Amino acid sequence: MTTELLNVEQLRTHFFTEKGTVTAVDDVSFTIHEGEIVGLVGESGCGKSVTSQSIMRLYDEYMVEYEGKIEFNGDNLLNYPIKKMQKIRGDAISMIFQDPLSSLNPVFTIGKQIAEPLMLHHKKSKKEAYERAVELLALTGIPSPEKRVHEYPHQLSGGMRQRAMIAVTLACEPKLLIADEPTTALDVTIQAQILNLMRDLNKKLQMGIIFITHDLGVVAELCDRVMVMYLGQIVEEADVKTLFEKPLHPYTRGLIKSIPQMTGERKLELSVIKGNVPSLTNKPKGCRFSTRCEFADEKCLEEMPPLKTHSDTKKVRCWHYEEIIAREEGGHVHASST
Amino acid sequence: MGIYILKRILSLLPVLFVVSVVIFGIVHLTPGDPASYMLGEEASPEQVNELREELGLNDPIPVQYLNWLGGVVQGDFGDSYFMNQSVLDAIFSHIGPTLSLAIVAEIIALSISIPIGIVAAIKRGTATDQSVMVVSLMGMAIPSFLLALFLALIFGVQLGWLPVAGYQPLSNGLWNHLQYLILPAISLGAIQAALIARMTRASMLEVLNTDYIKMARSKGMKERTVIYSHALKNAFLPILTVIGATFGALVTGAVVTETIFNIPGIGQLIINSIERRDYTIIQGIVLFVTLIYVTINLIIDLLYGFIDPRVRLDSK
Repeated sequence: MTTELLNVEQLRTHFFTEKGTVTAVDDVSFTIHEGEIVGLVGESGCGKSVTSQSIMRLYDEYMVEYEGKIEFNGDNLLNYPIKKMQKIRGDAISMIFQDPLSSLNPVFTIGKQIAEPLMLHHKKSKKEAYERAVELLALTGIPSPEKRVHEYPHQLSGGMRQRAMIAVTLACEPKLLIADEPTTALDVTIQAQILNLMRDLNKKLQMGIIFITHDLGVVAELCDRVMVMYLGQIVEEADVKTLFEKPLHPYTRGLIKSIPQMTGERKLELSVIKGNVPSLTNKPKGCRFSTRCEFADEKCLEEMPPLKTHSDTKKVRCWHYEEIIAREEGGHVHASST
Repeated sequence: MGIYILKRILSLLPVLFVVSVVIFGIVHLTPGDPASYMLGEEASPEQVNELREELGLNDPIPVQYLNWLGGVVQGDFGDSYFMNQSVLDAIFSHIGPTLSLAIVAEIIALSISIPIGIVAAIKRGTATDQSVMVVSLMGMAIPSFLLALFLALIFGVQLGWLPVAGYQPLSNGLWNHLQYLILPAISLGAIQAALIARMTRASMLEVLNTDYIKMARSKGMKERTVIYSHALKNAFLPILTVIGATFGALVTGAVVTETIFNIPGIGQLIINSIERRDYTIIQGIVLFVTLIYVTINLIIDLLYGFIDPRVRLDSK
């Protein structure tokens, strides 16, 4: 693809808590190119939000420690002093949060919240900033934006709030947009509208998007590439098509299998991944997924597998993925032939 | 807005009515009466009874209540039995010192408590935070009369920086006025400051954890803007509630402090009146104080709407 925008290398995020240090993101590496939409998928607590907030360094610096590299346009953001970081935030990188109601400040008008970063980063006058705010609201498809700009968040519906928030994050035309479950709190029709909007904006503004979600359906619809996270690590990375057609990691296979099928017999039991995600303070010694993996053996329990490059577009973190696939395919052929 | 205020003022009437019934009942059902107090211990029961008849105290209590209420609705709160002036005159001649004291105490309390509450919230868990918490706990635990005595002893007697007791009206010059108020205001405001500081800290902590603060940071806002604009405006509602409640308490609860520092305020007036069973004054003051309380509440409610647009909508 085109130029590299963001390059995360061996990122580790440690939190200092009362119970000791917790490593929520453990050895995460990935690259985002200009204009690319990359999905970051995983269950709650797998570290996807921590990864995204680490990129913007949004945690209180005294309770967190970052390790590794986060290179944005070639500069390591982890080396930036906080003032310089503040100049990047909201300008070159911005972020959409999950819940649009709780993420918009209830005591400020929508207009003020959109105008703020414009006045700060682009040194626009108040009047110019508000004019631009109206344009941005129009861009996100909010009807009568010149009226909405003077309204407060509680006067808007859920879908409109999310559009308003997208307008806030787009204000300075960021190069990279991090969208942390932007559609989870919305109902399905609004969800589709927001996804279309994001796709349009991605094309129009050529910005890279990291799209965090636990909804594989959304990923299939929107993303170019996908990274699957489990317990603080990326376990598989692939382009969307091959991920769904030929998942390599047992965890990814489990996730895809657990999507309910609308075709065929409805009486089939839903496939689930057994067990629960272990807590971050009680991580398995070897492969993180070993406690829930049906294929796990001695080696998996003892040794952590590296993220192996399987092909140009695919990476996987599993000792036995090749055998597993071979066995399953063999089994499958066998089953259908009888 | 105008209609809202009018509605709120009308809704005060039942409150005042209930208070008037209760206070009248309490005052007239407590043993002792102004007649025997006026005539002294040597007076014969016949003389006392004669005076009671004259003052209308022998009428059935409901009749007395209605007579009094009839006057009150016309703005006539009656006359003091002892002070040779009307109740309203007595209250107005004593309200000045009390209000001055309350305002100075509130200003001192606010200018200390809000900044340290914010700092404690920002530096949560650190030594700064812990010392703020400990000091504020002490501020709440020390009785104001004890603090008053300590302050008077140290700054009045030992160091001689400020007068130990007394009062000068504002017309005698600002500094003259203030120097008599500083010590009582500190001893009165300490508890309020402690309460407000704790509320500020708690409220700020809650707000600083919200998504919209994270959002503000993710927009690249400077930390100062995040805290003083984005966070404080949201955190201010509960703080305002405490300010309202404490200001009411300052106006009405200065009895002990006024006595210690010999300030001729409402507190002294009511203590003296209760001793003498000066019924009309007691009733008048309680009604007046009730009115102050509900007015402060009304003002606070209006300020809510000013700060929080969500409250503004609901009130329409």
